[in-house]
Amino acid sequence: MHLSTPVEQVKLIDRFSTSNKSLTGTLYLTATHLLFIDSSQKETWILHHHIAAVEKLALTTSGCPLVIQCKNFRIVHFIVPRERDCHDIYNSLLQLSKPASYDELYAFSYNPKQNESKRLQGWQLIDLAEEYKRMGVPNSNWQLSDANRDYEICESYPRELYVPRTASKPVIVGSSKFRSKGRFPVLSYYHRDKEAAICRCSQPLSGFSARCLEDENMLHAISIANPAHHYMYVMDTRPKLNAMANRAAGKGYENEDNYANIRFQFVGIENIHVMRSSLQKLLEVSGTKALSVNSFLSGLENSGWLRHIKAVLDAAIFLAKAIAVENATVLVHCSDGWDRTSQVCSLGSLLLDSYYRTIKGFMVLIEKDWISFGHKFSDRCGQLDGDSKEISPVFTQFLEGVWHLTEQFPQAFEYNEAFLLQIHEHIHSCQFGNFLGNCQKEREELKLKEKTYSLWPFLLDEQKKYLNPLYNQDFSQKLVLLEPNTVSFNFKFWRNMYHQFDRTMHPRQSVFNLIMTMSEQNKQLEKDFKELEAVSVQEKLHTRRAVYLILVKFSLIGIFCMANHPPLQLCILSL
Amino acid sequence: MEFAELIKTPRADNVVLHRPFYPAVEGTLCLTGHHLILSSRRQDNAEELWLLHSNIDAIEKRFVGSLGTIIIKCKDLRIIQLDIPGMEECLNIASSIEALSTLDSVTLMYPFFYRPMFEVVEDGWHSFLPEREFELLSSVTNEWRLSYVNKEFSVCPSYPPAVTVPKSIDDEALRRVATFRHGGRFPVLSYYHKKNGMVMMRSSQPLTGTNGRRCKEDSALINATLRAGKRGYIIDTRSLNVAQQARAKGGGFEQEVQYPQWRRIHKSVERYNILQESLIKLVEACNDQSHNMDRWLSKLEASNWLTHIKEILTAACLAAQCIDREGASVLVHGTEGTDSTLQITSLAQIILDPRCRTIRGFEALVEREWLQAGHPFQQRCAQSAYSNSRQKCESPVFFLFLDCVWQILRQFPCSFEFNEHFLIMLFEHAYASQFGTFLFNNESERSKLKLPQKTMSLWSWVNRPQELSKFKNPLFEANSLVIWPSVAPQSLQLWEGVFLRWNRSSKFLDEAYEEMNNIIEYNKELQAKVNALRRQLAELETDDGMQESS
Repeated sequence: MHLSTPVEQVKLIDRFSTSNKSLTGTLYLTATHLLFIDSSQKETWILHHHIAAVEKLALTTSGCPLVIQCKNFRIVHFIVPRERDCHDIYNSLLQLSKPASYDELYAFSYNPKQNESKRLQGWQLIDLAEEYKRMGVPNSNWQLSDANRDYEICESYPRELYVPRTASKPVIVGSSKFRSKGRFPVLSYYHRDKEAAICRCSQPLSGFSARCLEDENMLHAISIANPAHHYMYVMDTRPKLNAMANRAAGKGYENEDNYANIRFQFVGIENIHVMRSSLQKLLEVSGTKALSVNSFLSGLENSGWLRHIKAVLDAAIFLAKAIAVENATVLVHCSDGWDRTSQVCSLGSLLLDSYYRTIKGFMVLIEKDWISFGHKFSDRCGQLDGDSKEISPVFTQFLEGVWHLTEQFPQAFEYNEAFLLQIHEHIHSCQFGNFLGNCQKEREELKLKEKTYSLWPFLLDEQKKYLNPLYNQDFSQKLVLLEPNTVSFNFKFWRNMYHQFDRTMHPRQSVFNLIMTMSEQNKQLEKDFKELEAVSVQEKLHTRRAVYLILVKFSLIGIFCMANHPPLQLCILSL
Repeated sequence: MEFAELIKTPRADNVVLHRPFYPAVEGTLCLTGHHLILSSRRQDNAEELWLLHSNIDAIEKRFVGSLGTIIIKCKDLRIIQLDIPGMEECLNIASSIEALSTLDSVTLMYPFFYRPMFEVVEDGWHSFLPEREFELLSSVTNEWRLSYVNKEFSVCPSYPPAVTVPKSIDDEALRRVATFRHGGRFPVLSYYHKKNGMVMMRSSQPLTGTNGRRCKEDSALINATLRAGKRGYIIDTRSLNVAQQARAKGGGFEQEVQYPQWRRIHKSVERYNILQESLIKLVEACNDQSHNMDRWLSKLEASNWLTHIKEILTAACLAAQCIDREGASVLVHGTEGTDSTLQITSLAQIILDPRCRTIRGFEALVEREWLQAGHPFQQRCAQSAYSNSRQKCESPVFFLFLDCVWQILRQFPCSFEFNEHFLIMLFEHAYASQFGTFLFNNESERSKLKLPQKTMSLWSWVNRPQELSKFKNPLFEANSLVIWPSVAPQSLQLWEGVFLRWNRSSKFLDEAYEEMNNIIEYNKELQAKVNALRRQLAELETDDGMQESS
């Protein structure tokens, strides 16, 4: 049921204005968007998929207030003159914002008017086989395994997995049976210079004392795939208490006594539920009108948000240092190995490898550690009407971690903040196929590559918007390992993310945009200069002939006359 | 007194200097009357430390065996450590530093001994005289005059000899108003808003006392600034409660009955030792790298520093709003009119007046609204964040003002001719300097000791092209508009350039800033080159044309 007629005289209230400033306009509902056009014809578009919550407040004298909270942190506050209309909009939005099945998602109707071959090409832009090749696998220690070719041993993993050569099929199968959801240890990143690897998996089903020989062999195989294999790290990214509690449910963590040469380490990142409520608290505080500094700071503290971001970054640093400094291979897991594990593996790789700090490389990183390894985008972003306890800002935290790195290393990244914000926009927009579904198997079943478009070529097309003008390629390569400073005072509230639509809070002039424009302009100027120079050389040749003629025709006095003319002076001297 | 008496051990060898983010340096430590100098013997890079004794805020000594360690905490918030072999040497040096850094007499301070190594092009002591400022004012209005009623500093000891007052008010009336205002600080012009002719005045509190004393010249003076039928605003930087309590001590505020044309707004801004405590707490929090996130945030909160920033900016915005948006004149005062009042009037001008956002304009603002207006720098800046002697007079009032300017600069990064380094430089010099500019508490004291003759002005040094280039903002593009900063807590930030300056390496940020500069410079260069070529071509073409036609 859609609203067929637009609703007029609707007021859009500025969320932070103390004087209740508002714009009056007309509200429309389309199949995909809510649209508000104010009296100055300015349009505000809100994608239904972006709507996280709609709330109807108590009727006031000026009308019925309707508050819409979006997943991209936009909050709009309308006042609809008639309660009846407000009720209708409310009901329509409730329905529209909670699609029941995948086929209702925008991606299946989105049509950018592109021909089929270009659409297909778009999907081929990121090729993970190519990426593993870039890292240097397969090689003498690592090979492509066909164990999961038809998703037979792990549904949430991709078909193509890289494992140590010495890990036989029975070892793989045995290990996968001993791991939660069958997510056995596989290669996530291979460090060519150090010959060390980042591997990932889920928790072992060890309970209090269970052992699995194949799993122990699997870890041994990973360990010896590193030529400098005195030891390998096993990083459990959960708080120790959580991991111990899991033992009662027959899960748990590796017993150091049972695995040869492992160094076991907890790093204490909280679970999805803690993160969800942390973000909720953060947004409650930051959304308060007439907020005092102290309420803001204590709210920020109580939300724990920055503490969590720091924990994720600290874990990534631990991982990166183990590889870069100790040459040690690291196996990372959490419970299921698709949330915290994805965060830590991807951020760790970003610290180690400057390729991931390029636009294309960042897309590859997301495709690899998040999409292919089965981070449950659909559940975590609440793309379908479902269990709200599955929703969690795990990927948002990853992006925030990257943002903090860009703040500390302004020249190390080819992309800018706008790129991160745009990707965040699209994990929720459901406009492109990339982030639909929870794993590759599901995506294949949805036939996304046949029915939808990939986001990446669209971002590449407009990459000018996402380039960091200060990016220094040499800097990035010179600096093999990024070593961020994680002393607490380095962590800041990411205003441009959580208040991206609250323009009044932002600097009124953007240094960044200015430098970006200037940098663009410089390229144009360089071109202009070359062209002008070419023209002027021709012109000068032309003139030189003329001058020569003059010299021949007339006396030498001409030289002295023209010597005052700088460009000609040169010509004459070279004659 | 001879400095030699205070220097018990003038030099010590094999002293090791530890500074954050630098390798330790071994060298010889020398104490002179005004400096602590450490020079390393190493040929490769003769690293030297020159530290003004007056920059030293506090020292601590520790001993391990016969090795002594002196930790020196500076007013610019830096902390350095000196390892000195020999217990006696160390003790002697420590007590010498202590004595030299807390000299009683201002005339023994370095500015009286400093001989500049540069040629003075423009004497900064004459750069911003009230007469010059008044000339600028006279070009836009003739409703004001320069009064020399305070020529001998007898009417108001903390005012300069010349002040700007309404033309219709004579000196006799000013004398009477002075007796009705705290410390004789009668209302004077602080800022004239060219756009609409509205003004901002500042003063101290009226001495109404409990029995509601009044002064008709006082109301006449401030009413003289109002247009017919218009109302003005009095912004009192104290809460109503505090203002009421002030009456018991002979102070007070303007009662509606006596000032019917004025609306009074109380906008409380914190003052005195509360600000000093705030600074101490903030610096303590920033200097402890071991804080976990919760502890850091709660310490940052407990310092209240950003709350004070928000308070001050809010009050300044209010004053600016009254003038620019409401089209009303404003009188700002608190109790003495030498602290929070000046924060508000100077920040309001930054918001309203594009000139104050230029280097020269900002210097003029500091002269007018702080130095000549009698902010007691000597008292307020005697000690910084590490002081343990809790005297009542210290307060980072000017420091907070600079921080507020930085916050606005961050929000309008292209509207200021100066950069962050300029503000940091002013912060440093307000606390310890080789120049005389920030010495003493007011113009009266400065003139008594003939400061302009005996010391060098900071502006004489800063305004030389080679120094200025360091302080110029490459992004500056003159913006003639009023700039309204956001005071939402999400928009305010810790001034990292000052508070984290010595606590983390800024290498990558500095390099990025450098790169930004390069892009801007390159842009200018390219544009010049392209334009030159275009011109050349145009000339060649006309030459061609001429030849062809001949």
